[in-house]
Amino acid sequence: MITKNKVLIFAAYVLLTIVTLSAVIPLLILIGSSFSSEEALVKYGYSIFPRDFTLATYQYLWAAKDGVLRAYKMSIIVTVVGVLASAVMTVLFAYPLSRRDLPGNRIISFFLFFTMLFNGGLVPTYMVYTRLLNIKDTIFALIVPGLLMNAFYVIMMRTYIHSNISDDILEAAKIDGASEFRCLTKIVVPLSKPIIATISLMSTIAYWNNWQNGMYYIQSKTGLLGIQNFLMTVMNSTTALKYEQVSGTVFDHSAIPATGVRMALAVVAVLPILLIYPFFQKSFVKGITLGSVKG
Amino acid sequence: MPKQKNRTLTKMRRYWSLYLMLVPGILYLIVNNYLPLFGLTIAFKKVNYAVGILNSEWCGLKNFSFLFSTKEAFLMFRNTIGYNLAFIFIGNAFGLLIAITMDTVKNRFFKNVSQIIILFPYLLSIVIVTYIVFSFLSPSSGFMNQTILRFFGMEPVSWYNNPKPWPVILVIVYIWMSFGYTSILYYSTLIGIDKSLYEAAAMDGAGSWQQIKNVTIPCMRKIIIIMFILAIGKICYSDFGLFYQVPMHSGMLQNVTQTIDTYVYTALLEQNNISRSAAAGFLQSMLGFVLVLITNKIVNRFDSESAMF
Repeated sequence: MITKNKVLIFAAYVLLTIVTLSAVIPLLILIGSSFSSEEALVKYGYSIFPRDFTLATYQYLWAAKDGVLRAYKMSIIVTVVGVLASAVMTVLFAYPLSRRDLPGNRIISFFLFFTMLFNGGLVPTYMVYTRLLNIKDTIFALIVPGLLMNAFYVIMMRTYIHSNISDDILEAAKIDGASEFRCLTKIVVPLSKPIIATISLMSTIAYWNNWQNGMYYIQSKTGLLGIQNFLMTVMNSTTALKYEQVSGTVFDHSAIPATGVRMALAVVAVLPILLIYPFFQKSFVKGITLGSVKG
Repeated sequence: MPKQKNRTLTKMRRYWSLYLMLVPGILYLIVNNYLPLFGLTIAFKKVNYAVGILNSEWCGLKNFSFLFSTKEAFLMFRNTIGYNLAFIFIGNAFGLLIAITMDTVKNRFFKNVSQIIILFPYLLSIVIVTYIVFSFLSPSSGFMNQTILRFFGMEPVSWYNNPKPWPVILVIVYIWMSFGYTSILYYSTLIGIDKSLYEAAAMDGAGSWQQIKNVTIPCMRKIIIIMFILAIGKICYSDFGLFYQVPMHSGMLQNVTQTIDTYVYTALLEQNNISRSAAAGFLQSMLGFVLVLITNKIVNRFDSESAMF
């Protein structure tokens, strides 16, 4: 829109400032409260600016670190393994699908696509994974269900290959005697780096943020649970923190800064995303705009 | 002739390796997506774990009767569809407004910073969102009770026991999480609009509002309608975390927070009532499937390029 109307331009700046602030203020409350003393929180409640600045909540978390660190470690393992596996599977599926000359291409495309239209929902899926495959209370339950290969990512990748890698390059490589696997690893993968990065980033977020699989499938082996499920437990009761303590004899359990420690834990859980986000923001935006084409 | 045969053989070997690449994905889709479809039959069975699900007795439509006779069932359908309608209308309108605002703001630095910030909530897990909402609504130390209501001299509210404000709270939380995504999506279409259209309109004396009405909206019509239609296709599904975690599964709030997804979960894993859970899930899957087919047909007629199939 072209406008010289000063009032309107000013209003646009004000509105954008307001929405930007409202996106960030709730996070600031989380962070500010985590640095406030327990007394101040009880008296004045959560607020943006730390009152009576203290690191006590983080010290407490550090003292009770066994549980937190274990959950963190599990989240990292599940995310790394999951993202790698899902990137490999997506690439392996997208490349043959991008080959128009492959006999049966249409059938396989439909086979993939149908999963986006119709799904069995929670009950049948739960039954397949717990009764048929018996992955309840194993680490597979955190990696496999729902997250391992996303039809949508495959289609994104296939479209990318279609529009960015010409058949001529592949044809030339094949005349030189390259096998399909060589074509894939030496030509398609290097040329698809941007889309693979975008997809991996989205699946990193999906794995890191996932709590459903832990809630559905992990019932007795709570040691497998990642940071999101750990947060859920602590939300219900902060005492979960101290039960995780193995040898805390010198540690005074009665003094849990219950009000502040929750917020500190949430800050710790957001940290990885907060740290990687600014560097990959462009890729995220690209993912959104790509996603809008075929939503 | 032998040469010809040889070529087909090499060709076959080529394709063989391509098919091999597809194997892991196909196996996964079978396990994760196709086997559960057979499991939909659970909705028509009287499940008896002693003999296994396959051998359990059929019971016709008995599992479905509660869906049409209880108030609980009515509420979960009303909530799912009601909230989705609110999300679709308010979310898209707000996203469009912010996209136009971003387009009006010319300072690149400010625009980039605000884009980075508003997208961030979209990346948070619903568990973190639950913590953030708790930091506002905690009865004893929440920002609402301790700072805002106190500032206005109002009595503290026991938020997690009071269903009245929750429809508004849930809509606000949803908008907070998603508006960055929606705005950036619309903005990326908006910047594609040919600037000369605006110049021509401005030359003819069109004001800002007229430019929005006569240039921006018509150019965006396609994507707006597609976003609406696709969302309608998903109207039977709700974000389980938003309705289960954020209200902290408080029983007092159930009338306004129960959706099909929260019901399916609680019936399956908390109340151990697999038949009702399966029946509700079955209806959701079927409605979802039919709606996607219908909405896609409409998109197809409207703009075949944007249709899914």
